Amino acid sequence: MTQSMPALSAPVYSDRVVRNFALAAVLWGVVGMLVGVVIAAQLTWPELNFGIPWLSYGRLRPLHTNAVIFAFGGSVLFASSYYVVQRTCQVRLFADKLAMFTFWGWQAVIVAAAISLPMGYTQGKEYAELEWPIDILITIVWVSYAVVFFGTLGIRKVRHIYVANWFFGAFILTVALLHLVNSAAIPAGFMKSYSAYAGVQDAMVQWWYGHNAVGFFLTAGFLGMMYYFIPKQAERPVYSYRLSIVHFWALIFTYMWAGPHHLHYTALPDWAQSVGMIFSLVLLAPSWGGMINGVMTLSGAWHKLRDDPILKFLIVSLSFYGMSTFEGPMMSIKTVNALSHYTDWTIGHVHSGALGWVGLISMGTLYYLVPRMFGQTKMYSVRAIELHFWVATVGIVLYIAAMWIAGVMQGLMWRAVNPDGTLVYSFVEGVKATFPFYVVRLVGGVLYLGGMLIMSWNVVKTALNGRMVSAPIPTAVMA
Amino acid sequence: MESLYLLLPLSVLLVLALIGVFGWALNAGQFDDLEREGWRVLEDEHDNTSADARTAFDPDQA
Repeated sequence: MTQSMPALSAPVYSDRVVRNFALAAVLWGVVGMLVGVVIAAQLTWPELNFGIPWLSYGRLRPLHTNAVIFAFGGSVLFASSYYVVQRTCQVRLFADKLAMFTFWGWQAVIVAAAISLPMGYTQGKEYAELEWPIDILITIVWVSYAVVFFGTLGIRKVRHIYVANWFFGAFILTVALLHLVNSAAIPAGFMKSYSAYAGVQDAMVQWWYGHNAVGFFLTAGFLGMMYYFIPKQAERPVYSYRLSIVHFWALIFTYMWAGPHHLHYTALPDWAQSVGMIFSLVLLAPSWGGMINGVMTLSGAWHKLRDDPILKFLIVSLSFYGMSTFEGPMMSIKTVNALSHYTDWTIGHVHSGALGWVGLISMGTLYYLVPRMFGQTKMYSVRAIELHFWVATVGIVLYIAAMWIAGVMQGLMWRAVNPDGTLVYSFVEGVKATFPFYVVRLVGGVLYLGGMLIMSWNVVKTALNGRMVSAPIPTAVMA
Repeated sequence: MESLYLLLPLSVLLVLALIGVFGWALNAGQFDDLEREGWRVLEDEHDNTSADARTAFDPDQA
């Protein structure tokens, strides 16, 4: 074994790109959540727009969503997929330099978004706002990502492809397909284009994209993290590997048609809405199967949850995954949707998934990765991880509870009618009644951002105390 | 609903492709010894701080 007799040329994993993405994730996490706090404050006190166009809510809101989903979430996905595919295949990344290109290319996309969105350039498609020149850059980066990832799978030294890689692979391929179909547009000058689809067709394509972006960008890739980092951190194999395979195929085969639930009671044909609702309900089964599989990995070793704050992040993220994948199908039922749609309940639902599931599992993953990227066994301060966990969790609970109450209240106020058929409440009365909940939501957001700031301090300290090393590839463990 | 003429064939093709990939995985023996595979990830790395991690040649640093 080379472990005890290191040769000068012992091959190592390509960890530099992982390290870069991990650090970028922390930076963009702070930026994206800060913009989120700013727009939460603007919704509470609209004067905070200051009359400056590029600080207005309509421009900062897409900046917030792009920053947290694609800059923060995207960087964590790149970092973790590059890390996991190398470890589970026991090879270096295929095409190292192309992997570094995906890093700089993705950062260029993020910077282009951060400039163009406040300037008001947008395609007007939610979560696909970026204009066509940036869309082309995204396509080039994404194809390179696919080449690196699947190339690495192709040269793997371990015959079996670990389940996490299936999730990462599905995420990469599906996002490529979604991006190409939804962003199809006719350019009408630099930074101006018209969608290739019109009217309700455009809406259908947009929400086919939008919901699958949630399913594949914000779920499949993060489930890949779940299936690798929870067993590693808990030092136990996943509860049922067999169930993880079933989870993957069930999710992949059923996800694609949930999108129409975003268009209930619109011009979309009724049957298409019902198909969307039924597929959304079916999704509850694979989602909960995966959630239970992840949580039960700790079965027989629950004490680890008490002692290890990283496991707290990973396991509690799954409980939020379970909550939002129950809430989502319920909200897709047309009668429930008649109450919840267009209210802040939707915002609460999204954030229970975003802050609770995506955010917490990302943070747990980063707390696992960062020390290893700097030749350490643990973060500079484990107590700061614990503090981060509690601050973030309290923040999430305040946020989603406030939005639940606000959303149901809005829905009930909007539908209340007098005996003579007139509305009981004018719209602005609903806005006024929502004010205290917007304040509570802002407090929740500030706490969540505060947790992220604690994390960045901890990451900087860990980086300064360590040195950049790349781990050697084991040569003995092969199959 | 002309957009369905694009989205429906697209998803049918996708499902066919998925069935193909699933068939490949089945025939390639990907699911032959699932219990063993769950354990393997726990054995896939050295301790990053071990002596050889510090001295190994790292093209990233060269």
